[in-house]
Amino acid sequence: MSKKIVSMHLNGKAVEEAVEPRTLLIHFLREKMNLTGAHIGCETSHCGACTVDIDGQSVKACTHLTVQCEGSDVKTVEGLANAGVLHAVQEGFYKEHGLQCGFCTPGMLMRAYRFLQDNPNPTEQEVRVGMSGNLCRCTGYQNIVKAVMHAAAALQQQAVAA
Amino acid sequence: MNAPLSDREKALMGMGEPRLRKEDARFIQGKGNYVDDIKMPNMVHMDIVRSSVAHARIKRINKEAALKIPGVIAVLTAEDLKPLKLHWMPTLAGDVAAVLADEKVHFQMQEVAIVIAEDRYSAADGVEAVEVEYEELPVVIDPFEALKPDAPVLREDLAGKTEGAHGKRYHHNHIFTWDAGNKETTDAAFASAPVTVKQDMHYPRVHPCPLETCGAVASFDPIRGELTTYITSQAPHVVRTVVSMLSGIPESKVRIISPDIGGGFGNKVGIYPGYVCAIVSSIVLGRPVKWVEDRIENLSSTAFARDYHMTGELAATTDGKILALRTNVIADHGAFDACADPTKFPAGMFHIVSGSYDIPTAYCKVDGVYTNKAPGGVAYRCSFRVTEAVYLVERMVDVLAQKLGMDKAEIRAKNFIKREQFPYTSAFGFEYDSGDYQTALDKVLTAVDYKGLRAEQAAKRADPHCPTLMGIGLVTFTEVVGAGPSKICDILGVGMFDSCEIRVHPTGSAIARMGTISQGQGHQTTYAQIIATELGIPSEVIQVEEGDTNTAPYGLGTYGSRSTPVAGAAIAMAARKIHAKAKKIAAHLMEVSEADLEWEIDRFKVRGDDAKFKTMAQIAWASYNSPPPGLEPGLEAVHYYDPPNFTFPFGIYLCVVDIDKGTGETKIRRFYALDDCGTRINPMIIEGQIHGGLTEGFAVAMGQLLSFDKQGNIQGNTLMDYFLPTAVETPHWETDHTVTPSPHHPIGAKGVAESPHVGSIPTFTSAMVDAFAHLGVTHFNMPHSAYRVWQQLKAVGIAS
Repeated sequence: MSKKIVSMHLNGKAVEEAVEPRTLLIHFLREKMNLTGAHIGCETSHCGACTVDIDGQSVKACTHLTVQCEGSDVKTVEGLANAGVLHAVQEGFYKEHGLQCGFCTPGMLMRAYRFLQDNPNPTEQEVRVGMSGNLCRCTGYQNIVKAVMHAAAALQQQAVAA
Repeated sequence: MNAPLSDREKALMGMGEPRLRKEDARFIQGKGNYVDDIKMPNMVHMDIVRSSVAHARIKRINKEAALKIPGVIAVLTAEDLKPLKLHWMPTLAGDVAAVLADEKVHFQMQEVAIVIAEDRYSAADGVEAVEVEYEELPVVIDPFEALKPDAPVLREDLAGKTEGAHGKRYHHNHIFTWDAGNKETTDAAFASAPVTVKQDMHYPRVHPCPLETCGAVASFDPIRGELTTYITSQAPHVVRTVVSMLSGIPESKVRIISPDIGGGFGNKVGIYPGYVCAIVSSIVLGRPVKWVEDRIENLSSTAFARDYHMTGELAATTDGKILALRTNVIADHGAFDACADPTKFPAGMFHIVSGSYDIPTAYCKVDGVYTNKAPGGVAYRCSFRVTEAVYLVERMVDVLAQKLGMDKAEIRAKNFIKREQFPYTSAFGFEYDSGDYQTALDKVLTAVDYKGLRAEQAAKRADPHCPTLMGIGLVTFTEVVGAGPSKICDILGVGMFDSCEIRVHPTGSAIARMGTISQGQGHQTTYAQIIATELGIPSEVIQVEEGDTNTAPYGLGTYGSRSTPVAGAAIAMAARKIHAKAKKIAAHLMEVSEADLEWEIDRFKVRGDDAKFKTMAQIAWASYNSPPPGLEPGLEAVHYYDPPNFTFPFGIYLCVVDIDKGTGETKIRRFYALDDCGTRINPMIIEGQIHGGLTEGFAVAMGQLLSFDKQGNIQGNTLMDYFLPTAVETPHWETDHTVTPSPHHPIGAKGVAESPHVGSIPTFTSAMVDAFAHLGVTHFNMPHSAYRVWQQLKAVGIAS
């Protein structure tokens, strides 16, 4: 199959690769870019384990073609921490025991990262709705909600300090 | 030097501390290492051609078109595996299962052929191109139909075999009959009892559905003759033994690695055709082969749970004292008996069915049956068939209470095994280790203001304008976990012990290697806490390794809540061997007798002299460099723990539901879960496990169902249809606990992660049925989806 050249910014770095047009973004990230943080849980957009951030939106990479990312700014869980300092959502999930097997976690983190930019001061119910595109089989969500609230508070403090 | 004792204790972060998880750093930075993350040089991909029909003869398989697709390397069928005698494989339950369909398919989505290709896209193209011609046969989906005299023969390979792995087969679709208890005394008790109740119920077919599906990366090195396989397995050592038996490769040359596992819940105990095919392909091709199933394959073919058609009966006095229990079960095992049970019990620990109650005599009987459905019968977040048993007895106690007009809490209290009766031997022969049910029940009833709830319910029932039906569910369950004593539990003849090897390094840090494997339970965190407390080494410097059969001691793995009861005990025992040696070294170093020493948190000190001590770190150094004469150097130990008994965690759960009278939609207003798992190692992790188990229980009770149409087509095998609750539907959980340690366990711990699943499911049903109890309804089957509840509302004339 003839390949297409696609260029994007991936975790802040310019990337240019030749891909089969049918290559899903999740396979491109995991197999070509060796970014295995985002996972494949369903391949039907239901579970959210593959969630990444594209141009300021949460996107399920299992049903998104790589070629759709031409010129886009793509961020994965590997790009969350900054120079070794964990992002507030990562810190929140750690401190509030918001993960168990860890398989949904990269998707949860990327969704929380975007959700808290869209709604920096959410209620618990808003967190539940905002995170409802991401499934977790281990935690029962209660600590995930706490983790996102924890991150919201930390981000607000950071904003005040800045 | 002499910091306060409490500071020294805190510094260890040992048992009882809510220690944050050691494994999280990699998971929150996208650096977990799951099977699908494994990439090997020269690796190829495998995909599976699956049956489109449920029961058929295979007339022809045409590989031609598939082999022409660029990237496709090979297409293999049962015919190709036959010369290797690998087209069938043994199951954990003593049956055989087809690796690739041999002349016949027995269920929809059964493995028919495999395609190996250079990448996953070409493999998928290849699967599309393989042509299979079927001659369809009559399909049997209902196990009662399967047992009719003229039912189609499903397993032609067993023709004429009247003796199965568990005794006599009385019908061509019959697998086994298993019973326990005393039939005569139970029948006699029923014949003379003043009150009897009987209820049929179905525990539907469901699936554990961990977020990561099953998969493997097999790599055979033809030069060295060594096979390495990364696999999503909850029991890597068992896989090694089975792979060695099947392939003929010596066990010493088979290395099985369970890396990070994205949830198991029983789905990853069995050995599936996909694993075997990946291994065979690697041996044939001499290249690493990756196979990862997709979600539809996962829900359709690997590991269903439950599917028990149960009849429960209780005999009682008129004032509610239970005299006898009797149950009869038709167990639908699908096409092959691949039930994951310790082999001596084909129905697992179903005979825990007498529950938390002092029942003088009891009898249970289970008949296993073949149907045209996927094989399995795994323990979905529970000990083998305990969920089914707990559901049955808790439902029956409710049914009896309703018949007698008694309160659910009152009838339970009346029949509890009393605190002073422990250790208690049940009518089925289980010896319950410890319990204090009444204290726990009282705590819950007070916490939720049970009387107030009942008053509110009475007021709502009296008000015809109330838009909702209010139901209160109560369950007081006992689990049996920690399989198990090898005199009664084994898998393929291997006793169900578990193991731990601890090495303390010269500078006082340590590594522990285990026969279990975490799938999210946080073993790297909690196991280190046990060692920290036992040996006085800070948990921060204790590494815990699991899952690599080349380095870990042999163990039976993680399922059935056995990690803490069995492996947790092995840790304590190994640590105590080290402790005993350390004491000898300390005595030698301080030139006193061992009798003069006492242990204090992280050191041995001379009795009565706080200034004279040796810390474990000092002892570790000395153990390598200046051991006492006659004592071998080093500070390490290994322990294989064969538990003397199971453990019996228990819980009291209460749930309040409000059901919309018009739509059947249910709001879980409140769920209060009190668990007693004995000694608590890490309360933060326990609470997390309980939240997760309750949520899985909620999913099973309120929506999960794998159903089939008459042609055997599986319905709802995607996440569009199969109910996995999101954060929106999931209720808020309230947790509580009491602590009744296990007297036979070295640290008193009982295991916890499955109790919330086992206990919550009947609690939801109890609450749902309770909402209709004043209308004469005694039971309806799960799942309690809005549509089904609405049908119930219509049946009693509430909804139109």
